[in-house]
Amino acid sequence: MDVLTLSRFQFALTAGIHYLYPPLSIGLGVVLVIIEGSWLRTRKPIYHQIARFWTKVFALTFAVGVATGIVMEFEFGTNWATYSRYVGDVFGSALAAEGIFAFFLESGFLAVLLFGWDRVGPRLHFFATCMVCLGAHFSAIWIVVANSWMQTPAGFHIVGDGMKARAEITDFWGMVFNPSSMDRLFHTLCGAWQAGAFLVVSVSAWYLLKRKHEAFARASLRVGLIVGLTASLLQLVSGHFSARTVAKYQPVKLAAFEGLYETRSNAPLTLLGWVDEKDEQTRGIRMPGMLSFLAHDDLHSPVMGLREAAPRPEDRPPVNFSFQLFHLMVVVGLGMIVISALGLLYFRRGSLFEKRWLLWLLVLSVLGPQIANQAGWFAAEVGRQPWIVQGLLRTSEGLSAVVRANTVLTSILLFSAVYLLLFAVFVYLLNDKIQHGPDDADLVPAGKLALPVRH
Amino acid sequence: MTFGSLDLNTTWFILIGVLFTGYAMLDGFDLGVGALHLFTRTDEERRIMLNAIGPVWDGNEVWLVTGGGSLFAAFPNVYATVFSGFYMAFVLLLVALIFRAVAIEFRSKQPMLWWRRMWDVGFSAGSIVSSLLIGVAMGNIAWGIPLDDRGEFAGTFWSLLGPYPLLLGVTTLALFMMHGAIYALLKTEGALHDKLRGWINNSIIFFIVCYAMTTMATLLYVPHMAARVRANPSLFSIAIFNMLAIANIPREIHLGRDWRAFLSSCLAMVALMGLFGLEMYPNLVLSNPVAANSLNIHNASSSPKTLAVMLTMALIGVPVVLAYTVSIYWIFRGKVKLEKMSY
Repeated sequence: MDVLTLSRFQFALTAGIHYLYPPLSIGLGVVLVIIEGSWLRTRKPIYHQIARFWTKVFALTFAVGVATGIVMEFEFGTNWATYSRYVGDVFGSALAAEGIFAFFLESGFLAVLLFGWDRVGPRLHFFATCMVCLGAHFSAIWIVVANSWMQTPAGFHIVGDGMKARAEITDFWGMVFNPSSMDRLFHTLCGAWQAGAFLVVSVSAWYLLKRKHEAFARASLRVGLIVGLTASLLQLVSGHFSARTVAKYQPVKLAAFEGLYETRSNAPLTLLGWVDEKDEQTRGIRMPGMLSFLAHDDLHSPVMGLREAAPRPEDRPPVNFSFQLFHLMVVVGLGMIVISALGLLYFRRGSLFEKRWLLWLLVLSVLGPQIANQAGWFAAEVGRQPWIVQGLLRTSEGLSAVVRANTVLTSILLFSAVYLLLFAVFVYLLNDKIQHGPDDADLVPAGKLALPVRH
Repeated sequence: MTFGSLDLNTTWFILIGVLFTGYAMLDGFDLGVGALHLFTRTDEERRIMLNAIGPVWDGNEVWLVTGGGSLFAAFPNVYATVFSGFYMAFVLLLVALIFRAVAIEFRSKQPMLWWRRMWDVGFSAGSIVSSLLIGVAMGNIAWGIPLDDRGEFAGTFWSLLGPYPLLLGVTTLALFMMHGAIYALLKTEGALHDKLRGWINNSIIFFIVCYAMTTMATLLYVPHMAARVRANPSLFSIAIFNMLAIANIPREIHLGRDWRAFLSSCLAMVALMGLFGLEMYPNLVLSNPVAANSLNIHNASSSPKTLAVMLTMALIGVPVVLAYTVSIYWIFRGKVKLEKMSY
């Protein structure tokens, strides 16, 4: 295999595995803030117990997220040196901002969140929890801004030509608020909130099925379902905004997502289908006019097809691959709304605990956001191909000039072995924590936490 | 935009130096504690060592990540050349850093002996390999690496393992071990504290021997790394300051003032990095043998606009970061006591 394929595979592998963890940290961060806030407000010991339990899970996901994340920071330089030279001026500053504004905040206050329970008062501890959550969100902001710039570059100009050409910032805020960054940030954050919320939902439902830790599970489940349903509904809205932006700025990507070859008005949305890339045909179950509506808020507006948007096949992404991943994301996303709405409905009615089929579905729901997040990111990144920076630099032009295929293969094998081990250990320890369950000693706060809050 | 009488490129040269010095002073001690980890024997001792760095190691590592990000933003050509050129070395560094990070988190989560042994080895080996590789990278930057006229690395992985870079690797390991031992001394009490006190002399001697060899090797074989001090004798005061700071470490240890010993060790690092930066300036990566291909603060930098934007970010961000970093060290001051949430 060539360096291009190998380097793309390595990036997909390391980014894909890394991306299992940060959404969990972001989502769990929100849940922790809500739960610890509830504890401070009501002083009910059950919330203290819940906060302690999920803090331990948070610590685990955070550690693996950090460990796998360091790789990302340096992989641009190791495998994509030409890209790094080309975009360093723009992309690098977003990455540096992530370090200075997000990572320090997160890791600093994480110490207080994890180890500060008996050292600081309840309010300062709550403040630390909020800061960790905020830091996690900041890191999402900067990395999504950087990635969105690769999708819809703005606020820059090209200086020099040939091998010396590179993008330089002309308008920093134009770069930050490039056309897709806010829509994509919102979309990513909703996905992250779902990831955290449905982990909470899943574990709580499991306890209810096993009739263990029931008081804990009910209170946890309630918070998880509310956050989960809210995030899932917001995700629908944000998906619509994202689709509109893609239609406007990346018509090739949208056409690939829907397997649309011919430009047409009243364009249909395919629910389930298959793209025959050779015959340029898409077959499947369709809803007429819905793609036009999704892209332009109007059932009749024309949507650009691949033949017009990218006449030459070498300018198109792998169409069926993007199509299937995009649809997987949409279907799973819709499913999350149904599951969490049903869950919350029966929770309110008080009959959820007899409905074992629904509890089982909630146990499995943890996989939903993970599948949708992965599929969505793959669709977004593969859908941009053959460009590494849309319209400016091709992926094949971004490689490191001095790195050979065998070297990349070696590093892929090394990373695969390490990540496989990490993933196995992560699942083992997470399962162990879940089996062990919340600690009943946590129902009685000790140390400084036992002190009354002064109002 | 200028920063006093300095131009933006020089300012960023200094700022990146500050970030990497911060990294050496902070992550240096937890890498050092990791390198010493297997010398402790009982499970309780090992847990105390881990919890001595427990609340802070993660934040310390952010200095490296931010340093890397800033290098990418301010000097993208350096970032691209060094990381693609040192490909396998950096992959190994990353694997080592991953192992030590998760080992800290995972180790005490299970009671089995084999489990704890495995992560103990992972933590220690990861720390030792990371320290060595960081030193080897510094050594190559100082010695100079073959660059072609496009600024691309023209050597191989094995060519990076020359005697001088390896010597610097061992010296860095020795420095971090000494630094880590002093930090561990600050955070422990009782029998373990006395035990560490016994080791500290060895670690200081190990470092001073390495330091002397590196200094001699630099003067003899890497004369360009002493040229500026040779030309400006007043700068020799930094070297004197460095020697005094190092000499002060055993003195303070002997007097039982562990905190001052730690401070001396930090100051020694600042002086060493200061000398390194002074000799490198204005180059960031020396090209050897064709010196004209070196990457410097002008031919490798981002646009003035970006450097200015980033300087604004740094001026807002760094004071805030320093404020809460100091607060967090303050919250976790004092000797380690194993608690329920401990590693």
